[in-house]
Amino acid sequence: MKELLNALDKAFENRVRLAIMSALVVNDFLDFNGLKELLGVTDGNLASHLKTLEKKDYIRYQKEFMDRKPNTKYFATDTGKEAFKKHINAIEQMLKQ
Amino acid sequence: MKEKYLQDLKEIREMMSRSSRFISLSGLSGISAGIVALVGAYLIHSFVFEGGDYLTFEKVVLPGDALTDLLLIGLGTLVVSISLVIFLTTRETKKRHQKVWDQQTRRILISLSIPLVTGGIVCLVFLSHGYAGLVLPMTLVFYGLALVNASKYTLDEIRNLGLLEIVLGLLAFQFISFGLILWAVGFGLLHIVYGIIVKTKYPA
Repeated sequence: MKELLNALDKAFENRVRLAIMSALVVNDFLDFNGLKELLGVTDGNLASHLKTLEKKDYIRYQKEFMDRKPNTKYFATDTGKEAFKKHINAIEQMLKQ
Repeated sequence: MKEKYLQDLKEIREMMSRSSRFISLSGLSGISAGIVALVGAYLIHSFVFEGGDYLTFEKVVLPGDALTDLLLIGLGTLVVSISLVIFLTTRETKKRHQKVWDQQTRRILISLSIPLVTGGIVCLVFLSHGYAGLVLPMTLVFYGLALVNASKYTLDEIRNLGLLEIVLGLLAFQFISFGLILWAVGFGLLHIVYGIIVKTKYPA
């Protein structure tokens, strides 16, 4: 049991971060506003969780200008996808017990 | 403890489907598109194909006014049903507080239009060479391919609808004299049935 707990990724303990990652692994990319609408969280809250995932190298972003307004696109990195898969496997193992 | 992780899995699944699929399909739009198609099929039957055997593999010369009628009725059916679908789907999307024009809708429209535009051009080429009878089965096949192609971004039912349209189209190729009836079944009846299924299965 203890090993299984260690296999769980701390970065995904938080609901918002888990939701961000779930959405990003099935989409090529999502922009900031798209994520915000999907999750129904505030700008500040979303930004801080995105930063956490970014620091762990699980997601990356790309800044662009659309009609002169800045638009940030978020992508899941390969590291992030791998970590997410591992996390889900760990949950499944745990539920089997 | 277990409850928390079960809940996590449920949320992951929900977020994956909500972020990548367009789920605000309106059942009513299927039903109304079906009715419009039935009216269109009836008009074609009585104005264009009446009095001539056009549903064959042979090259047939449609009299000038029959060709105009065919194009007008076809175009009219297309415009009316697409407008109805857009109007009703927009209403449904607003009801669910989701955005109408977002990444998902764009993606779904692009994957629909690639087979549809290809099919439309092929149909026009055949029509301009006088093979009017082949156009009906062709529209069914290409429409079915478009639905199958777009179905990964929306409700699973759409894939089955697409497969059924393809089967009807292939049948209509083989039994070409029943082309219009099969066309009416595919674009009329199936849309109505699927509209009712979607409406009861996914109530707003």
